[in-house]
Amino acid sequence: MTTATPRPGTPGPKPAPPPGRAGAPAGRQNGAPGQRPENRADVPGPRSGPEQVTGAQSLVRSLESIGCDTVFGIPGGAILPAYDPLLDSTSVRHVLVRHEQGAGHAATGYAQATGRVGVCMATSGPGATNLITPLADAHMDSVPVVAITGQVARPLIGTDAFQEADITGITMPVTKHNMLVTDAAEIPRAIAEAFHLAATGRPGPVLVDISKDALQAQTTFSWPPELKLPGYRPTTRPHGKQIREAARLVAGARKPVLYVGGGVLKAEASAELRELAELTNIPVVTTLMARGAFPDSHPQHVGMPGMHGTVAAVGAMQKADLLIALGARFDDRVTGQLSTFAPDAKIVHADIDPAEISKNRRADVPIVGDCKEILAELVEAVRAERETTVADLTAWWAQLDHWRSTFPLGYDWPDDGSLSPQYVIERIGAIAGPEALYAAGVGQHQMWAAQFVKYENPRTWLNSGGLGTMGYAVPAAMGAKAGAPDKVVWAIDGDGCFQMTNQELATCAIEGIPIKVAVINNGNLGMVRQWQTLFYEQRYSNTDLGTHKHRIPDFKLLAEAMGCVGLRVESKDDVDRVIRQAMEINDQPVVIDFTVGADAQVWPMVAAGTGNDEVMAARNIRPLFEGDELSPGVDEVSEVTERALEEGGSQ
Amino acid sequence: MTETHTLSVLVEDKPGVLARVSGLFSRRGFNIISLAVGQTETPGISRMTIVVSVEDFPLEQVTKQLNKLINVIKIVELEPAASVQRELLLVKVRADAGVRSQVLETVQLFRAKVVDVAPEALTIEATGTMDKLNALLRMLEPYGIREMVQSGMVAVGRGPRSITAASAR
Repeated sequence: MTTATPRPGTPGPKPAPPPGRAGAPAGRQNGAPGQRPENRADVPGPRSGPEQVTGAQSLVRSLESIGCDTVFGIPGGAILPAYDPLLDSTSVRHVLVRHEQGAGHAATGYAQATGRVGVCMATSGPGATNLITPLADAHMDSVPVVAITGQVARPLIGTDAFQEADITGITMPVTKHNMLVTDAAEIPRAIAEAFHLAATGRPGPVLVDISKDALQAQTTFSWPPELKLPGYRPTTRPHGKQIREAARLVAGARKPVLYVGGGVLKAEASAELRELAELTNIPVVTTLMARGAFPDSHPQHVGMPGMHGTVAAVGAMQKADLLIALGARFDDRVTGQLSTFAPDAKIVHADIDPAEISKNRRADVPIVGDCKEILAELVEAVRAERETTVADLTAWWAQLDHWRSTFPLGYDWPDDGSLSPQYVIERIGAIAGPEALYAAGVGQHQMWAAQFVKYENPRTWLNSGGLGTMGYAVPAAMGAKAGAPDKVVWAIDGDGCFQMTNQELATCAIEGIPIKVAVINNGNLGMVRQWQTLFYEQRYSNTDLGTHKHRIPDFKLLAEAMGCVGLRVESKDDVDRVIRQAMEINDQPVVIDFTVGADAQVWPMVAAGTGNDEVMAARNIRPLFEGDELSPGVDEVSEVTERALEEGGSQ
Repeated sequence: MTETHTLSVLVEDKPGVLARVSGLFSRRGFNIISLAVGQTETPGISRMTIVVSVEDFPLEQVTKQLNKLINVIKIVELEPAASVQRELLLVKVRADAGVRSQVLETVQLFRAKVVDVAPEALTIEATGTMDKLNALLRMLEPYGIREMVQSGMVAVGRGPRSITAASAR
């Protein structure tokens, strides 16, 4: 974008703040449960002021006071005043990105990795509109992000001024809340409210648009400001009666399943989940958003449910007599055709957002509250219930174990001798281990990364689940690494995704954010190609990117041009060696171009528009959940495929 | 017949709040039959009366989604039997000397008022429920309706209690 005002020289990289610093606005710390958020006690940070400052200084002081340590952004005309005091800040590090979309996803990655609010900053007009995709992404995945945008000066608002865009109007549907600030005196309160809204209740993105004249005006700064949010009272404490009712169902169910969603990670409730699971011996499925909430190595973990979930997880939900949904939202990618989803199951649905409950599937026992508190209370209530009732789950586990052993996750090596993408991803997971963080783009590589990397810890798997944003991986990994510099951070990306946002490699190289990127390069938009193979008679319309045929771009050279180490792997023998080589490089970002076969497919699969009973373990292999027949039902498969085609299932 | 519900929604009187509410309805596919906004006895708080059709979505989803808007303070459903619901209608009817007395008779029957007179037309003001105003319009139609304008419905619960009292601060 161009700006009439020259951009100032940017400061050199500031040292990353020490991890675990005090005063960080972590979601769970502010917002005392059950209290109206209208007092200063809800605003973290040391008391200070009043003092005379500019609006821009007030903004930076507010960010410092609330504990923001990193801002991802790009300056430009309208936000320019804010960048001047930012140069002097010793506690806020500004990471100068190459594209605002990168700033937004970096803020999301930072938030997902650390649990703290991620912050991005952009100028008015195109700077702000470039943030829309990451804001929509964070909104769908409930990630606490605060976006600060400059707006043209108040007298110019509404005149189609240079670089003017009605960003509060534009982002209304894709933010939890947004606000336009035109009075400098309002800046501290706007920032405090934005952080409070982003981090509490169901987290989400909040945008604060500040007019340039407000940034330039003289004002008084004092901290903490008073929150004025009379309409915002998230319920965190669950209702006792509903908990008891849920406990009664849990204790009596013969085929129960714990359906764990991303809300469990956001509530930091993994320990409580594990306690409930082990107390009851109930099988656990973790959705795409919840990978890592429950250890993959745990014997009660039966896998990821949904379109590309394990047969055991999909079957468990279909045949369950009770689903205990925790911070999950019955997304269409999990339920498949809603009318045939888990037909015999009663539903206990726990979520902090009351609007999610009974939105897609009617809940028999609705529980509104924070998953950590819900699980803690549920453990006590179930324990009491089990003194009289303990259901026998032996037959259920026999069924689940049968599915698990008959249809384990697996893959075939390509016939043409090319490298298997699943193998590459499996080896990255094995070598980097469960302490590393993994960010994925969207597509086949994302599904394989969800399937073949083994997650043991919360906040180690970052991906774009709801919006399905290609290009998420590199900037999200950058944000995660900036927020958790001591962790190894891998971006597992596809060659299509990688070409959308790889400009942030330059940011990583210059700002000293040494991420590792595995480009799973199959030369194609792989997931679209898979659908063309299955549902469009192998007519490959516009899915060949030419990254194989022409080697354009050459990812190794591209990496080097961006100041990264560029590596390439084309054969199985080199996989481990090169991954280990990348693991040794910690002073520079590394990109590995894994040139893999184009024909590998993601299995199992529930075709769009069909029910989960019709999950296919592999092409033409359909486990028949009816009775105990586990024969491949080839006829039914073609029928399923036809139906999916008729309904024109889109991704 | 579409099933409708009348919601009284207390909102913070802030720029954009109407856009937030109407945007929510359109993006979630909820159907607004009528919407009226105005000030309340409490400064800073506005009240919207929204009549929604709930053919495709349960009312519960509508109120839950509305409640998620940060500027929405409180939502109360007003049952027709337990509330007073009114709309305002201004209608300009062709009424020359030949039919004027008949038109005036209709006006009286509906307890409406004539608010403007011209040689060939009358402007009539009427308040009432949607049903009553529709009935009036049916009666006036044969004379020729030149122009009409209708407000959204406003409604208030019967009895001494106030939905705003608890929210005032």
